[in-house]
Amino acid sequence: MSEYVIIGNGAAAAGCIEGIRSVDRKTPITVISKENRPAYCRPLISYYLEGKAVPERIGYREADFYQKNACNVLYGKSALSVDGEKKYVTLDSGETLPYTALCIAAGSSPIMLPIAGIEKVKKLFTFMTLDDATAIKEAVGKESRVLIIGAGLIGLKCAEGLCESVKSIAVCDLAARVLSSILDDECAALMQKKLEEHNASFMLGDTVEGFEENEALMRSGKKVGFDIVIMAAGVRPNTSAAKTAGAEVNRGIIVNDRMESTVRGIYAAGDCAEGMDISLGARRVLAILPNAYMQGYCAGVNMAGGEYVFDKGIPMNAIGFFGLHALSAGSYFTKEQGGEIYEERSEGKIRRLFTKDNRLCGFMFIGDTDKIGIYTSLIRDRVPLDTINFDLLKKSATFAAFSPEIRGKKFGGVV
Amino acid sequence: MKRVYVNEKWCLGCHLCEYNCAFANSGKIDMALALKDKPIYPRIHIDGDEKVPFAISCRHCTDPICVKSCISGALKSKDGVITVDKERCVGCLTCILVCPYGALTEGNDGVATKCELCIENSCESPACAAGCPNGAIVYEER
Repeated sequence: MSEYVIIGNGAAAAGCIEGIRSVDRKTPITVISKENRPAYCRPLISYYLEGKAVPERIGYREADFYQKNACNVLYGKSALSVDGEKKYVTLDSGETLPYTALCIAAGSSPIMLPIAGIEKVKKLFTFMTLDDATAIKEAVGKESRVLIIGAGLIGLKCAEGLCESVKSIAVCDLAARVLSSILDDECAALMQKKLEEHNASFMLGDTVEGFEENEALMRSGKKVGFDIVIMAAGVRPNTSAAKTAGAEVNRGIIVNDRMESTVRGIYAAGDCAEGMDISLGARRVLAILPNAYMQGYCAGVNMAGGEYVFDKGIPMNAIGFFGLHALSAGSYFTKEQGGEIYEERSEGKIRRLFTKDNRLCGFMFIGDTDKIGIYTSLIRDRVPLDTINFDLLKKSATFAAFSPEIRGKKFGGVV
Repeated sequence: MKRVYVNEKWCLGCHLCEYNCAFANSGKIDMALALKDKPIYPRIHIDGDEKVPFAISCRHCTDPICVKSCISGALKSKDGVITVDKERCVGCLTCILVCPYGALTEGNDGVATKCELCIENSCESPACAAGCPNGAIVYEER
């Protein structure tokens, strides 16, 4: 029987289902879901920790989503291996599932650093799933001292979610700044300050060398007491099933702009895939929800025999702490790499634009969100900057930077 | 489907659309009470300069990147109209980051705010178009 199989049940899988159903309303879809629940909005787990979201209301789609889309979801199961030639998936339960087209949307897993003495830590958590968040919520109390390893997006959103409800939060990271993958020193320092105002302390350029039951010995020689440790030292794409099928895997599963892996009939999308970042001009894992959905949708259309190209993948991050927002997108090139930087600043605000070869390739804004999507679209659409009044856009986001003809196209008809 | 369009040739940059919009979505019955001496959060904004001003608001795109990018499931497309479920929105501003039309803003409650064509309020049709003194803003099918 002809059938679609999706490994994974997050945003990329939901996109894949919607992509398939935009072409093919009938052929059954089987979804292999490791977690025992329908797709939910994963980034909301920090808001749940904070009490701003509840599990009952964080579904990614309506309750009848799978039923309406004729999907059979196998909850609590994982894919062990894939036979790309005979076209079937083997589950951890031993069952096999034949497919005509397969999408691997298996996401990523937290990296557990092999720190000496880690087995002595009684309350050790990761922060990736709703179950993780529930476990952390149950483990913390007003008197808890929390140690978070990793000052990236996951670690800091976890810190924000907890900081009002625990005694103290210490965050360490080997990098010299917070959010080191998306912000530069100065922007990172502003975000760090905001968290410090709310009960969090930081140990940067430092990491845990060894654990006792309730104490961490840092590389700097410092000793930090804790009740709870949260490991947020990055994630690793789940690529093991793809490897068994013989698909090419770098950090993630290599995909082209139709989301095809190197094995015919096997597609990949979301945090486990490594597709083109057009702002960088190279492939990279873009582990963000919008990208997961759009890649998934693209894979789905193509799996069902349609034609869809997703060639606008770039990093895009909106992160805020206590009302201070950092919005960034694209890639940053230094002067040595042929890049240029334009900067505007005022009290509590920083705007940085990064250009290269007559294109906007990235930006980093703190405290200014006005029409910022103009810049994102300049990156995604690879707009030559000499075709617009870029000098105006350096100062502020305005459509006056575009010709009346382009404005007419943007605002005068159906887009 | 009918959408709001602005003919920049006729736009005076008078900002009346912003006030009419903010009032229409305030839930109040008295305009002065709703807006006087308060910061306003309209869903249509005057852009451009003194010579060429023009109002911008949500395009209700056929392929809305804000909906695709929403991390909380708050943004939805219902029969082509893009709406925000304020109860679900967590104010992450990803939609503002991705909208090519600069059509979303952060509202007074910290959540995403955008034009919903006056469908959810008590106006019969978009208040910006109805109140535009120079006929620059129209609500029509194109």
